[in-house]
Amino acid sequence: MASLVDSKLGTRDPKPLDAMTEETIQQILSRYPERRSALLPLMHLCQEEAGYLTEDAMRELAARLDLPPIQVAEVATFYDMFRLKPGGQREIWVCHNLSCALLGAEQVIRRLEEVLGVSAGETTPDGLFTIKRVECLAACGRAPAIQVGPDYYGPVSPNDITELVDTLRKQLTVCNQSSSSSLEADR
Amino acid sequence: MYEKILTKRFEVPGYRGTLGEYEATGGYQAIAKALKEHTPASLIELVRRSGLRGRGGAGFPTGVKWGFVPKGSDLPKYLVCNGDESEPGTFKDRELIMRDPHQLLEGILLASFAIGCRTAYIYIRGEFVAGARILEQAVSDAAARGLIGRDILGSSFSLDLHVHRGAGAYICGEETALLESLEGKRGLPRLKPPFPATSGLYRKPTVVNNVETLCNIPHIVMRGAEWFASIGTPKSTGARIFGVSGHVRRPGIYECPIDVPMRELIFEHAGGIREGRRLKAVIPGGSSVPVLTERHLDTRMDFESLATAGSMAGSGGVIVMDETTCMVRVGEVVSRFYHHESCGQCTQCREGTAWLHKTLRRIEEGRGRQADLDLLLDICDNMKGKTICPLSDAAAMPIESYLKYFRDEFEQHIVERACPFGTRA
Ligand SMILES: Cc1cc2nc3c(=O)[nH]c(=O)nc-3n(C[C@H](O)[C@H](O)[C@H](O)COP(=O)(O)O)c2cc1C
Ligand code: SF4
Ligand code: FES
Repeated sequence: MASLVDSKLGTRDPKPLDAMTEETIQQILSRYPERRSALLPLMHLCQEEAGYLTEDAMRELAARLDLPPIQVAEVATFYDMFRLKPGGQREIWVCHNLSCALLGAEQVIRRLEEVLGVSAGETTPDGLFTIKRVECLAACGRAPAIQVGPDYYGPVSPNDITELVDTLRKQLTVCNQSSSSSLEADR
Repeated sequence: MYEKILTKRFEVPGYRGTLGEYEATGGYQAIAKALKEHTPASLIELVRRSGLRGRGGAGFPTGVKWGFVPKGSDLPKYLVCNGDESEPGTFKDRELIMRDPHQLLEGILLASFAIGCRTAYIYIRGEFVAGARILEQAVSDAAARGLIGRDILGSSFSLDLHVHRGAGAYICGEETALLESLEGKRGLPRLKPPFPATSGLYRKPTVVNNVETLCNIPHIVMRGAEWFASIGTPKSTGARIFGVSGHVRRPGIYECPIDVPMRELIFEHAGGIREGRRLKAVIPGGSSVPVLTERHLDTRMDFESLATAGSMAGSGGVIVMDETTCMVRVGEVVSRFYHHESCGQCTQCREGTAWLHKTLRRIEEGRGRQADLDLLLDICDNMKGKTICPLSDAAAMPIESYLKYFRDEFEQHIVERACPFGTRA
């Protein structure tokens, strides 16, 4: 697996890219005539692996794609989905854009903050959830909308929040694949 | 009754959009037909005659755009499907991707054949986690069946198709920012010209088309340009999927002829205003377009009619607001969004969006000053027509329109030093 890390990186801890097989990396690189295009897909993979983009991961990506580290860092900070710090095991994305705001998104956010005991942007002390305000999720037909991983919930009212949080907690404990809730997650 | 085109299969009981189901309902016949009956040039001509215009926002004629790609040059050419769908109020591409992915793939095959491209990408917004998986599965199923890859259906046409995920940035829906992003960079829009048709992805000739635009192509191939052009108006042809959201009884997507009257869309299809309230305002094409009011209800939704009414058809996202809505609060939410999403390259946009948001928030919170209204108009004026991409205009025009139709509401906030709706919701 040493070949995962470019020799010029020396003997740095190879963890982040280690989790991906060489085959995965080659397969992603093969989609593009220029290596740099593989940056976002590889960043997604690193983040899925570690929960966020670690400094090591970014350094190794830079080496792997022959990019100056600054170019990796500027991409990592440009896109909202990349996390540079550890967060909750599940991010709860609550849309606060117009269609959702018209139907009470702010009340939904307030209730969620109450139930989880943290503000938007923060992570619960047990490390399970981070609340994140997000822009339009393209789920405006079900406003106010919430997305967790691949699942959409909506229309969500403040009264649904305890049940939603229970469902998410159960998903995390069972930690099996997909969800089923009376709130009806939709993909 | 109008016969649905793009969402017809959504109504087939149990239809999940698998390859088998798509084929069983006539899918992939258009690519077979085109490979037999068309040359790239005749396919471009067919799409041009259909009058199809882009559904991503700008409404540019699709066949004309394809025709700009240099012919005969041996440079590689690219087709990029824009699946970034991030314009607030817009939620039709996600449904097209989730519920009928092969319809999109067939559109991509046809467009690629027409422009002579061998490698195509679907740029899908990063948040569409399930959508990306569905597309990847669809691509691999189609490849296993010889519909993607080398010598498709025994012809000499070959295409590789890859799904590329964005990572959360509205600006990456703008086509040149999208190309930068696909190249592994920050999504900073490029100065045009050159246009993507001559210098796009990796500086090679590139066509960027919206998901819904491409989904129309198989139907045009099967049923003809004249059939397509017979729907709608002479300048805005075909059908469109409108996403209706906000204070309506039945929010959702509705496919209608592109020139459906706004009244019909809101009051018949979407069930009218909830709780028997009165309609106050409608944003007819995503949050970037100017607002319209009750007196515009008989406007049709095609490109020209909405432009005549002083707004734009944009992305087909129709946001409906009832009489309980505070327009200053709407301005605050909308300007917050553009401020957050401005890429910061142009001073007018970077500073203008910040000032708009700050000023609107101040007014909404009851801290506004009389001079703020002129200040807002002044900022808007400075933001328009002077920037690398249209985001700056898209941030300014809606605010101008709120002031145009609801100025008294803004003044009331300032005089009463509070939001008269009491709902800083
Ligand atoms: C700020 C901004 C955001 C945009 N977002 C999208 C988008 O999310 N999806 C889309 O298809 N087009 C979007 N567009 C329009 C694209 O730049 C481009 O016109 C479109 O993808 C072309 O495809 P079409 O001709 O099929 O509509 C956006 C434009 C701007 C200026
Ligand atoms: S107008 Fe705004 S978003 Fe567009 S390039 Fe300039 S700063 Fe970036
Ligand atoms: S505005 Fe919330 S999902 Fe579109």
